[in-house]
Formats: sequence, structure tokens, C-alpha cells
Amino acid sequence: MTEETSNGSALVVEAFERVAPPLTERTAAFWTSGADGVLRIARCHDCGRYLHPPRPTCPACRGRDVGFAPVSGRGTVWSWTLNRYGWVPSMPPPYVVADVELVEQPGLRLLTNVLDCPPEAMRVGLPVRVCFSKVGDAFIPLFRPEAGDGRGRPEAENLRGWPEAGDGAG
Amino acid sequence: MERAESRAVISGAGRSRIGRRLGVDPWVLTADAALAAIADAGLTADDIDGVSTYPGAFWSTPGITGAGVDDVRGMLGLRLRWHTGGGEIAGQLGTVVNAVLAVAAGFATHVLCFRTVWESTAQQGFGGRAATLLDGGGADGRPVRFGRELTQWTTPFGIGYPCHAALDMRRRMELAGATREQFAQVALVSRRNAARNESAVYREPLSLETYLNARMISDPVCMYDCDVPVDGSVAFVVSRAEETPDPARAVTFEGLGSASGFDEAAAMMWARTDLKPADVDLAQVYDGFSVYAIRWLEALGFCGAYEGTDFVDGGTRITPGGELPLNTGGGQLSGGRMHGYGGLLEACLQLRGEAGAHQLDSDPQVAVVTSGAEQFTSSLLLGAPR
Repeated sequence: MTEETSNGSALVVEAFERVAPPLTERTAAFWTSGADGVLRIARCHDCGRYLHPPRPTCPACRGRDVGFAPVSGRGTVWSWTLNRYGWVPSMPPPYVVADVELVEQPGLRLLTNVLDCPPEAMRVGLPVRVCFSKVGDAFIPLFRPEAGDGRGRPEAENLRGWPEAGDGAG
Repeated sequence: MERAESRAVISGAGRSRIGRRLGVDPWVLTADAALAAIADAGLTADDIDGVSTYPGAFWSTPGITGAGVDDVRGMLGLRLRWHTGGGEIAGQLGTVVNAVLAVAAGFATHVLCFRTVWESTAQQGFGGRAATLLDGGGADGRPVRFGRELTQWTTPFGIGYPCHAALDMRRRMELAGATREQFAQVALVSRRNAARNESAVYREPLSLETYLNARMISDPVCMYDCDVPVDGSVAFVVSRAEETPDPARAVTFEGLGSASGFDEAAAMMWARTDLKPADVDLAQVYDGFSVYAIRWLEALGFCGAYEGTDFVDGGTRITPGGELPLNTGGGQLSGGRMHGYGGLLEACLQLRGEAGAHQLDSDPQVAVVTSGAEQFTSSLLLGAPR
């Protein structure tokens, strides 16, 4: 499905083209971050808290000095689904949609896709690492299983919390 | 200070035809429901001085709105002292919460609340169901719009609305032991209820086997976990309590929750009443996806967090005659996506003893109705006419 570039970077080439997100003053730094293979997440310089999606203010401390900071690109699958419906004409199903929690901060989650993992190997708690798919000027952050994953499921106390919100109109 | 809930009642309720691909002008559906509700209240259009609707005249999803405030004002010749219509309110039934506030504040005496959809017909001209669920874009190579902030975080990943529900379901299945058989009960009980309700949309029997073998939309969300787009309109009149023409048919407000979030809306509602979950005789919870119904049962305190699938296990607890009859008219899963208005209509009929063939035998006195999901939520605790 994907192939790594010759230098082993995190850029993947997919057999289809994704829909490019609009690059705006608020979001461009996130969407273009993968150009050098590094994921960057909005971060409050006042309290150090990461926030996603990017916002110009910190919802925790209301700080106004929000920038973008590189993260490790490592995370775990918070939940996942094998989507079988063709929501976007250019993206043929099935594909795995996941909510990935980054290791940097509890609750710091990205809606994304997990590549290169058969559904029977998908599970909550699966360690994953970021990669990127380029469309237009954007580098879409996607995830693949960490090599040599052998860890078990998360502990029961990690049950708390809910998936990232849709808009309730469904 | 007297609570807002005590100063207002639902004086009338009405509906248009509700069905698949009716091919009817949504303004006609709106007028049918509005005039029925006004007549049901014992009023005339001259008495209506307020209008409250969701989401108003403008929304990107095809057919998600059939008429706005000004459309109704013009059609019915209303003279309005107060009106509101918009999408960012406390769930679709936030319209009713807003109407109660307007009445309690003295801004209006009789507020017409309505919800009109014509998704089923509109989608025929917009490339099918996917277009709707992707929020107005994506089908047949049309450009995907990013008019709403949320969409850019989903479309590049091919994420439709049901994927969110699927994430919730999957986590429950892997970490809390929930099963598809348990989620199925929401759909199966709704379908059995719909079979006894002649105004429901899908009334043919649905078996567990059919559910388990159904087409997957976003695994584990299958076809029967998703509510169904329809055409139709439902309307209510919220009146100042002392101005309602027929108090013997007026449904009362026991508590309202408008807070953002399932748990928050429910908690706010309970904080505004002395009633407890054990006092509730029937629940009409928002079931845009079956897991939303589970979320609402937990939020409302009928069971603990992540215990909703055990609560509905086997279905007996939530059937008519059970401990908590759920979505007794068929819900949105079998009755059509009327966005909470269908549930409120069903609750009013049950509390007035006017549900006909599917009237509960228990002489219900208290009903809870919820609408919306995620951050746009509302919760209404209603009482039978006094």
C-alpha cells in the first residue's frame, strides 16, 4: 500500500489522492509540518500544554502565545474503525480510521488513518508512529504500527474519556 | 425566583407526513406541522408571537433544513415579538429550551417550535447519502467544502459521521466487553416499537440475525446502527402556562438541561428538579447512532458510564412494560431522523395518553427526552398534564 522513500523518511506514497485541507494562518504550520518528516503540534508557550486542533489561544491557561512544537510522532491507538463507506470519491474503502493519542500528553489525540496494518492486527493500545502523505502543499499525518510491537492492552484505568467529537448533526 | 420550567408548557404538538422521498415542498410539510400544532393547542396563527427553529434557513447539508424563521413568518402571516433560528444551540431541542426562556422572560406568549427535514428527497439530487454525511461535499467529484471548521480535520482522512460512533463502539467492545448483540438491542427494540406505531417509517420485523449480518458502514457501525434520512416536519407550541387554552392537555416541564455535553446536559437537568432517574416512566433518547442512545442512558444516570450496553442487554429492560421503555415510537432508527423532534412528539403523546395503538399501559407521568450529541446537547424532563 505504501512505500518509504529511499532515505527512509516518513513520507508514504499512496495509490490514491487525498482531499487537501485548506492551508490557513491558523493551520498551515500543522499541515505542512511533515515536509521535513517531523510532526508539529500547537503548543502553549505559557503553560507548555499541547492543543489540537490548533487554536490561537490556550484553552487551559488562556495564554495567547501559542506556537508549534515538534513531537516524537509516537502514539497509541485510542480507538479505531474499519471504514467501509466511500465518503470521499478519491479514497476507496476499506481503510482504517483511528483516534491516536500522542505520547506527549494524555488526551492529546489526532483523528487519522492507520496504514500497513491488517484489521485483525488492529487494537486499542497499539503503538504507532507517524508518517505523511503529500497532497498539494499539505503533508497529511498518518500512522503505522511501531516495528516490533509486542505490548499488551492498556490498563483498565485508561478506559475513561470519549472519542473526539463530531458536530452532533449525524 | 420561579423556575423558567414552571412558567411554560407544551400546549400543542403536530406533524406532517413523515417518510422516505415524499417529493413534497418542505414549506408544505412545515405548514402542515405548524398549523396542526397550533390547532392542537387550541390557538390560531394570530396567537403565535414567537418562533424557534433549528438550524434556520441555511445549512450546507442538502435537505437538513426545510424552512427558516422568516419562511414561516411569511407563510403563516405571523406577527413576531421574538424569534430565533440557528445551528449552534443546545441540541436540536435547544429550540424548545429557548422558547421556554422567551416565554418565562415575557418576550413571547405562544412560541411555535419546528423542525423540517427533506434529506431523503434532497439527497436524490446531490449524489446520495454520502454527500449528506460528509457535510455537503464529496460525492461525484464535487469539491469538498471546508466552510465549517470541523470538516478539515476529517475529510483528508476520509472520515464520515458514522466513523465517530464507530470509535466509541469499538473502544467499548475492546475495553468494556460490549458486544454487537447488545448494541443491536437499541435497533431491535426500536423496530418492534415502530411496528405498533403506524406513523413510523420502518415497521417490518428486524431480527438479530439480520442485524448481525447487515452491511457494515464503519465497522462495527452497521446499517441498522444509523438513523434514516426522511422528509417531514414536526412542530410544537410552547405557551406561557397560564395562557394555555387547554391545561388538561398541556405537557409540563420538570427540568431542562442545555449544558454542552451528554453528561453535562443531563446533570444540569437533574439539578433543576427533585425528580430522580427512578421516577422516569419512559425515555426518548437521541439515537442518530445506536451508541448515542447508550451514551444518553449513561449520562442520564440510568446506569453508570460504560454500563449502557449491559443495561440494554437482552432488551427486556427497555421494552414497553420493562423498567424503562425506550424510544417507544420507534426512535430515529426506525421512525426517521427528525432530530429529537420525533422523540419529543412521542413523549407528548404518551404523557397525554394519546399514543393510540402503542400507548404504554403504565399511565406514564414522567418522560425524559434528549437531543443532539457530543457538544450540542439538550435534555428535557417532562410531566403529564396536571
